Amino acid sequence: MITSIRTIFKSQKVIPICSIILGILFIIAILAPWITPNDPIAVNLAYKLQPPSWDFPLGTDHLGRCNLSRILYGARISLGFAILIFISSLAIGLIIGTFSGYKGGWIDHILMRFCDGVMAFPSLILVLGLVGIFGPGLSQVILALMLVQWVYYARMFRGMVLSLKEQNFISAAKISGSSQWKIIKNHIIPNVLPPLVVMGTLEMGWAIMDISAMSFLGLGVQSPTPEWGAMIHEGKSYIRTNPELMLYPGLSIMLVIVTFNLLGEALSERYGVKRRF
Amino acid sequence: MGTEESKVLQVRDLRVQIKTKNGVATLVQDINFELKPGEILGLIGESGCGKTVTSMSILQLLNRKETTIEGSITLKGQELNGLAEKEMRKIRGKDIAFIMQNPMNAFTPVFTIGHQFIETIRSHTHWNKKQATELAVESMKQVNLPDPDKLLKYYPFQLSGGMLQRLMIAIAASLHPAIIIADEPTTALDVNNQKNVLHHLDRIRSEYGSAILLISHDLGVISEMADEVAVMQHGKIVEKAGVFQLFDSPTHEYTKKLLNARPALYLEEPVINLI
Amino acid sequence: MSLLQVNEVTHSYGNRTFFKWQNRSKKVLSDISFSIEEGTCLGMLGTSGAGKSTLGKVILGLEKPQHGQVLFQGHDIYTVDKYTRQKIRRDLQVVFQDSYSAVNPRMTAERIIAEPLENYEKLTLAEQKRTVIELLERVGLDEKDLKKYPHQFSGGQLQRINIARAVSLKPKLIVLDESVSSLDMVTQTLILELLKELKEDFGLSYFFITHDIKAAYMISDTLGVLEKGELIEYYNSKNQFFTSKNPVVKEMRGSILAEHPRFRSIRARNNHI
Repeated sequence: MITSIRTIFKSQKVIPICSIILGILFIIAILAPWITPNDPIAVNLAYKLQPPSWDFPLGTDHLGRCNLSRILYGARISLGFAILIFISSLAIGLIIGTFSGYKGGWIDHILMRFCDGVMAFPSLILVLGLVGIFGPGLSQVILALMLVQWVYYARMFRGMVLSLKEQNFISAAKISGSSQWKIIKNHIIPNVLPPLVVMGTLEMGWAIMDISAMSFLGLGVQSPTPEWGAMIHEGKSYIRTNPELMLYPGLSIMLVIVTFNLLGEALSERYGVKRRF
Repeated sequence: MGTEESKVLQVRDLRVQIKTKNGVATLVQDINFELKPGEILGLIGESGCGKTVTSMSILQLLNRKETTIEGSITLKGQELNGLAEKEMRKIRGKDIAFIMQNPMNAFTPVFTIGHQFIETIRSHTHWNKKQATELAVESMKQVNLPDPDKLLKYYPFQLSGGMLQRLMIAIAASLHPAIIIADEPTTALDVNNQKNVLHHLDRIRSEYGSAILLISHDLGVISEMADEVAVMQHGKIVEKAGVFQLFDSPTHEYTKKLLNARPALYLEEPVINLI
Repeated sequence: MSLLQVNEVTHSYGNRTFFKWQNRSKKVLSDISFSIEEGTCLGMLGTSGAGKSTLGKVILGLEKPQHGQVLFQGHDIYTVDKYTRQKIRRDLQVVFQDSYSAVNPRMTAERIIAEPLENYEKLTLAEQKRTVIELLERVGLDEKDLKKYPHQFSGGQLQRINIARAVSLKPKLIVLDESVSSLDMVTQTLILELLKELKEDFGLSYFFITHDIKAAYMISDTLGVLEKGELIEYYNSKNQFFTSKNPVVKEMRGSILAEHPRFRSIRARNNHI
């Protein structure tokens, strides 16, 4: 049985299956307002802690809100903002890292020492610290995550640019008369991005975890906005009587992250991309 | 003349196939040749023609799960094809030595060359470290490597390509192998080093009677060294002849194409007379 | 006025250290002077480590020498202003040794060859495509290779693409840095023949760096010999290489492998030992 599980994971079907699952999740997240049965923040204490029924397919929470609706809306936040953080920190990291690597010299030194400094702290601690300064709230958490994440990308891009710079085709491009910016645009960036697409899938998993973790700690999303991590936090008190309040969001987080990770692993094996750790 | 016992290596009807996504592909087929002691067989052909596959199958280094080897490969009468890995390991290095194309890749970067040399010697003999070191130093002197005692403490990256190649020859020769397989031994080297390396190979041949399978795409190497030549194309031997006969009267079209494609010096007299 | 004039070029590596006493600089080129006339090919011979590749980079304008000048068409390429530099850049091109690392693996053959044209000629897309196809056919490839990527070509084919790129602007001088050394014998001869034809057709000059005497002899008019960073010999006529009494050159001649077994020098002529 173990061998058959291993073969499933090893087969190339992982990539299309995971992509389909993620595709469905994204569609659900986008269409949430139209497909949820109920209003996710409508409080109705008369219906609190109900088991699944036709009106409330997954039952209700301690404030009578529909669990399913909250899960579906939570997907928007988790997936949507994870993408936002990923793309913005990637963009900042790409610009600074590529510039630093190509220029070299003291600019490179200063920028990289700064990155080293930031990377010396465990990222979650740093995010906590920043949120402590900014105050709790979804936008503050997102800002904090962005500010911490870009340094990893910058370091990575800079490393790639350094090894690319020595390649003969860069010299050949200079000899063909291409300007510095043309070289960065046509030769450096296209060669630096593809591994990123693969890495992105793994990074997305982390981003979702980070948002959920912050919300779980009460620092991210504020009530009554539905978000998976926050829902786990709220469901803590009812773990004995209604464990499903924690299970539904917990399983959702797990499903998304595991899917992203499987996809990322399969892609990086298929395309031979190394991870940052 | 030419009894079965006088052939040190005999390859008969060798066929190697590999399993691919689309079925089975034949890498080489109908390969027949033999090596007599002290003889050099040159194997020439373009990249991808099957030269390396042939040498790898003699050494039984092909992936047994993906490739199937049919035919007979006998070394001094012993059948190598299908031999257990444990037995094969005793033969590799001692009876068959292998000299690779790129000397940089032949050594582990994290151990000194002395360590690797002595380890190779000791894995095939029952000598102690002192005796093995003496043999190593002696072999290195014979390939004109300077200061062998000091050199043993160096790491591979501290030596040049030419020195590493000579070192490989020293290791290959130290155990007086019956056969040496040299796969493009001069390709990664400067012209100045090429002749040196070939000279050392010839010396081993004449001193110890080793037979050499010399693989090269360079006709100059074949001219200098080979007794017999086998020309390979697309996994088959298309022509096999004595070296003089091959150069004077080639029969196969591909051989003629190879001979015509040499950048010659267009001199009236042979170069040798001007030195 | 010579096409290329190199004056007393000297260059070392490893100078950028903070502390002077750590100065472990290695002299790579010493006092090199020579010239290349239009329409000729200078073959530069030497063993690896003799400084040939560094000299190639210096001439191409990629590495500024510590002393000396490089005059291309009369201009000192390291002191002219940016505008002039860009202008003379188009007449000085290169073909590197490793064909794969000399091209952007993510570009099609068409884009690779078109890059110099984009930078210097104001052609319409159709005209540019036409020119690229002509160049491809001139170097022995085909229109259907336009959209292929580098990994789909063999080393020899890719080198032809590099050559097509180098001649696209009809330059005056091309630096050939061991351009055929990584190829097998048959392909080497074919590429050398192609280079000879292009030299005739376009009136090109070459600076052919190599360690292979046969290859240098086939394509060069003049020969130079570089040893440990010094230009120890310069022959106006390549035949002088074979009559020179210079000991280094003699040793080089001795290392040429036989063309036919009857000239072999390592084994006995009668191979019965």
